[in-house]
Amino acid sequence: MTSVAVLEVRKIVKRFGGLVAVDNLSFAVREGEIFGLIGPNGSGKTTVFNLINRFFPLTSGTIHFGDRRIDVLSPHQICALGIARAFQVVKPLRRMTVLENVMTGAFLRTRNVRRARQKALEVLDFCKLMHRKDFPAGKLTIADRKRLEIARALATEPRLLLLDETAAGLNPRETEEAIDIIRQIRELGVTIIVVEHVMKVITGICDRVMAINFGREITTGPPAAVVNHPEVIKAYLGEADA
Amino acid sequence: MALLGQTVICGLLLGGMYALIAISLTLIMGVMKIINLAHGSLVMVGMYVTYVCYRAWGLDPYLGMLVAMPVLFLLGCVIQHFLINRLLEVESVLPENQVLLTVGISLVLTEVIRFIFKSDYRSITTPYAGEALLVGGMSVSIAMAIGFVIAMVFTYLLHLFLTRTDLGRAIRATAQDREAAQYMGVDARRVTVITFGLGSALAAAGGSLLLPLFYLWPDIGHLFTAKAFIITILGGMGSTTGALLGGLTLGVAESLGATYIGMGYKDVVGLVIFLLVLLFLPHGLRSLVRR
Amino acid sequence: MHRYRIWAAVAFALLALALPFIFNSPYYQHMLILILIWAALGTAWNLLGGYCGQVSFGHAAFFGLGAYSAGLLYLHLGASPWWGLALGPVVATLVSLPIGLICFRLRGPYFALAMLALGEIFRLVFLNWISFTNGPRGILMVATRPGKIPFYYLALAILGLALWWSYLLIKSKFGYYFVSIREDQDAAEALGIPTTRYKLYALLPSAFLTGLVGAFYMNYVAFIEPNVVFSLGNVSVMIILVVILGGVATLWGPTVGAAIYIALGELFRAQLGAANVLAFGVLVCLVILFLPNGVVGEVDLFKRLLGGKRRGDVGGSLGSP
Repeated sequence: MTSVAVLEVRKIVKRFGGLVAVDNLSFAVREGEIFGLIGPNGSGKTTVFNLINRFFPLTSGTIHFGDRRIDVLSPHQICALGIARAFQVVKPLRRMTVLENVMTGAFLRTRNVRRARQKALEVLDFCKLMHRKDFPAGKLTIADRKRLEIARALATEPRLLLLDETAAGLNPRETEEAIDIIRQIRELGVTIIVVEHVMKVITGICDRVMAINFGREITTGPPAAVVNHPEVIKAYLGEADA
Repeated sequence: MALLGQTVICGLLLGGMYALIAISLTLIMGVMKIINLAHGSLVMVGMYVTYVCYRAWGLDPYLGMLVAMPVLFLLGCVIQHFLINRLLEVESVLPENQVLLTVGISLVLTEVIRFIFKSDYRSITTPYAGEALLVGGMSVSIAMAIGFVIAMVFTYLLHLFLTRTDLGRAIRATAQDREAAQYMGVDARRVTVITFGLGSALAAAGGSLLLPLFYLWPDIGHLFTAKAFIITILGGMGSTTGALLGGLTLGVAESLGATYIGMGYKDVVGLVIFLLVLLFLPHGLRSLVRR
Repeated sequence: MHRYRIWAAVAFALLALALPFIFNSPYYQHMLILILIWAALGTAWNLLGGYCGQVSFGHAAFFGLGAYSAGLLYLHLGASPWWGLALGPVVATLVSLPIGLICFRLRGPYFALAMLALGEIFRLVFLNWISFTNGPRGILMVATRPGKIPFYYLALAILGLALWWSYLLIKSKFGYYFVSIREDQDAAEALGIPTTRYKLYALLPSAFLTGLVGAFYMNYVAFIEPNVVFSLGNVSVMIILVVILGGVATLWGPTVGAAIYIALGELFRAQLGAANVLAFGVLVCLVILFLPNGVVGEVDLFKRLLGGKRRGDVGGSLGSP
């Protein structure tokens, strides 16, 4: 398998008024890899996702998915092309059941209710949420809600999955389960970009990691190298010897 | 030329009084964070109180206003405390339930007044009602002029209250960030109740100032609710200067519409402007000014 | 559908067909027709407002357009206003398209206010454009009138259409997409749902049905004027209140709400005379405070508490009709 670039981000800039949230960022994500994005709070990670997804328009730069330019499309078109997203602040469709939530994702690829239900049940089984399928989504625990985010995104049959801090707020066992699921998703052939603070996830499953701060790239490389990079450590902790 | 000038001045004076009503709405909505469709009915009740003072004791409306304001203050506090505050905790399918509660309240207030006073058009006549000043060939109604001045005085007093007093600051804090205000020791529920009362009192004042100029009947509340919202959206939600600007703009637009298009279509002018602003200038005229 | 539900529906339908003979007087038949009118209006509104979450405070625009389509055909062309039954819904639907495209950029309360403004603009325009619409004098039909019974069955057919169409939509992909837009529009977009398009898919049938009822109203009442059919308080807001009473985002909620509204309205009118609207206002406040999901909505809750969770019956909006 050649390393085809599934997603290519070229020199993107995002300004909110006077604030530069993303500053000339470029990176490419290869097919089948798990790409990590780390940085301290406010470094622009979620903004990057919002730009890929086009919840915000770019100030400048371009984003390419395969050979298509996507920074000019609307969020739903981007999802239809094959980029799905699990949000950092989870957005369950609260008054629908877990099954109905995932079916809503599945409907992207079919209009038949029975087939959507079938697909949703498969995804729920895969994400180990079957036991909650008739629960109203608003009544789930935070761990289950995060898993629902992933399941719902998976039901849209994405080629690229954006996971935004899906391990945040989980206990060690839940984190292990989350890592497992992400690995299994990759085995399905889905490319994944992971934004995380939990380093165990980053070092555990990412093939490559990019660290950013103030919207700018610090360094990119294998997880161990990036996580131990002095600039990265400084960004997280401030000046090492204060 | 004189006609244009007169129309504009008339519009400005009227707009100033509308602005008072809109400012009271902005005040309430800033703290309540929900659309309050009962606002016009509060204005209407205030007008009826003033009317009663006039009929029963011959009180001039500008004095009757001083009776209406505390009455409406109490009414507002009661409504907020017993009804609206309760709803902040209820879970329902549509968040618009809160808006609809205000519709229900408006309905109740309107019908209670209709029950007492029937639907007849009422009006008051004051000795100076028909009088006008002649300024450079333009005729300016005295009632409008006085009303405008009093409205501006109230607006200024409100401004002082909000910026110089502790309670005023508490109100502004609650409007900006309810939780943060609570962490700072502000009793948000109590502040909301007081704000609703204060807003109602000012609404009553605005209505009383307009009493010499409008026919009074129970459904006039809807008219004022519409105007208040148009002004609030025009001026930008949450901004008192915006409400002032918006009020003046609406007043002038209505006046021009009435003079040059026709009486019936005057309200359409306001509504169309409202829609256009909603669609194209979401932060109201304020965003133009701030540029 | 579970079998008992099919039997219940059949029994209910038979009962509905027999009602005008059970209640034999024109007075009661008029009440029944009113219930059917409000039930249809509420069901139509519910598609856009209850299921899709786009609360329109301006549906009177569509009602009035339907009524005036029928009325203007009669006024200007001498045509039988029954043609309005075909034209009314079409006009309402065509007008709703640009309205939706423009107003759906707005969210939540701003959308509600925009629709409110639109409804009022229609009212004022129809009120003042006297040469075209006869203005406040309205349109009066002087044809001979059939009795109430044919109108009853026609209204029943309209309600049946509204309910059936709603049922089909809700149980299909459309229903899931509508509710997801209501629950979280951003999440819906991220799931590939073209939200504006689907809001239109909810608006178009809603406007169609509302216009249809409007045209029916013109034929039934034989007199319309702008302050009645385009009324904010008596039509737009009342539709919403009827749906809230019965249960937002439930199939039968609007029908139940309409029945309560008319029945209680008559009861209040008989007992309290002029204060009946006041009593209704108080009722609305009480329902919103204590039964926020309406009668039908709370019945679901009640059943769930009693019977535990049943497969597919949990969640309210999609699980139960």
